[in-house]
Amino acid sequence: MVELWDVYIWPAAWIVIKILAIVVPLLVAVAYLTYAERKIIAMMHRRKGPNVVGPFGLLQPFADGLKLFLKETIIPTGANRGVFIIAPCLTFTLAMVAWAVIPFGEGMVLSDINVGLLYLMAISSLGVYGILMAGWASNSIYAFLGGLREAAQMVSYELAMGFIMVCVLLMAGSMNLTDIVMAQKDMWYVLPLFPLAVIFLICILAETARHPFDLPEGEAELVTGYNVEYSSMAFALFFLGEYANMIVMSGMLTTLFLGGWLPIMDVAPLNMIPGPVWFALKTSFVLFFFLWVRATFPRYRYDQVMRLGWKVFLPVTLAAVIIISGVLVATGNAPTIG
Amino acid sequence: MGFLATHAKAFFLTELVKGMSVSFKYMFKPTITLNYPYEKGPLSPRFRGEHCLRRYPNGEERCIACKLCEAACPAQAITIEVEPRDDGSRRTTRYDIDMTKCIFCGFCQEACPVDAVVEGPNFEYTTETREELFYDKDKLLSNGERWEVELAARIALDAPYR
Repeated sequence: MVELWDVYIWPAAWIVIKILAIVVPLLVAVAYLTYAERKIIAMMHRRKGPNVVGPFGLLQPFADGLKLFLKETIIPTGANRGVFIIAPCLTFTLAMVAWAVIPFGEGMVLSDINVGLLYLMAISSLGVYGILMAGWASNSIYAFLGGLREAAQMVSYELAMGFIMVCVLLMAGSMNLTDIVMAQKDMWYVLPLFPLAVIFLICILAETARHPFDLPEGEAELVTGYNVEYSSMAFALFFLGEYANMIVMSGMLTTLFLGGWLPIMDVAPLNMIPGPVWFALKTSFVLFFFLWVRATFPRYRYDQVMRLGWKVFLPVTLAAVIIISGVLVATGNAPTIG
Repeated sequence: MGFLATHAKAFFLTELVKGMSVSFKYMFKPTITLNYPYEKGPLSPRFRGEHCLRRYPNGEERCIACKLCEAACPAQAITIEVEPRDDGSRRTTRYDIDMTKCIFCGFCQEACPVDAVVEGPNFEYTTETREELFYDKDKLLSNGERWEVELAARIALDAPYR
């Protein structure tokens, strides 16, 4: 009995507790990201933003959630029921699953696997499927076009993102995200790889279909894109997934370029602050950038999006991989196998 | 601008940085929105809102049933029926305004020789049913009683320009 408890039940329960410790704050963060988005964009537009529900409108996300939860779920007659229902679940789950490998602090990571970077890449690529499935299963022209656009966009920008990850991988000599963060102890990679960090930032904007790359939503021509036909909780799952994806991508940028949980400088008052706080601060900074960009720029034209991805970012990042590996080999800093 | 300068500008994202600095600056400027249900914008004395039927200070209703407003109404929203009252004066037995037809042009108040029908400053009179927007004489007179102070002030303010 004791063995059963020690070997099976307790470890399983411990993992569930750890997962909850990640997912629950994450969902709250998603809720407040929508609030922050509305509030920050309102400030930049010199409006007030939500200010009625609760003090400063702080309960607005919960009011919105409750509203969506109480609405009727409508499944169109022409839709493929199974796929239609699986699509939002898939999008949401994938956005959550990616957090398994992102380290919040020294040793504070759900699964410290040695191919963390590859895992992140795989999960973010799988995100296309939820959207394609939604677009196809809705049996609506708008949803289908939106889904196609988003899929094409995600695939295009993933290439550039992949090459940038290879650059980071070359610098750090490891795919383990904890090792990558530790390799930035002396200097965050944002400094030596500054142009790549900027390209990565633009890529994650395109990857999450945020402004100015929100072509898949394109209110003017596609109404809202792949999720036109969704309502109620199914829509809420897409919405949560989209915002959770933004946080994942920001966390990824923080880990790869902004030194993860490391303080800005390793001096007395700054290194007293715990790692997760630093991680949250840096991630919030990147998220603020997302909102800032949304308040500032108009939408790209679709052929411009594709041109930027394939004719600018792809060659530049490919050249960066070659140059960085060349420099590392020449200076004898290249990572060794094994 | 030369080839080099154009491409340098594109490469260093100067214009994007400029745009973003503008929106960042605006973030700290005060908001220019009115907090609507609690704050309201100024209204001109000529603002044409919800209709009212006014009375004289002695309580007698102003309307003499001349039907000029009914004739002037381009949307034909006003319906009036007339009968002589017991004391022999000419009064309306029915004065209806269909607020769903009304286009708030103000011709009725222009046409009125005795300032009886007036469009007041009130624009917050939404109802939950369509029927509630078919105003009858009682409703219009009670509007007049509720808004009389403001109506008189508005007419006095606008009088020099008429």
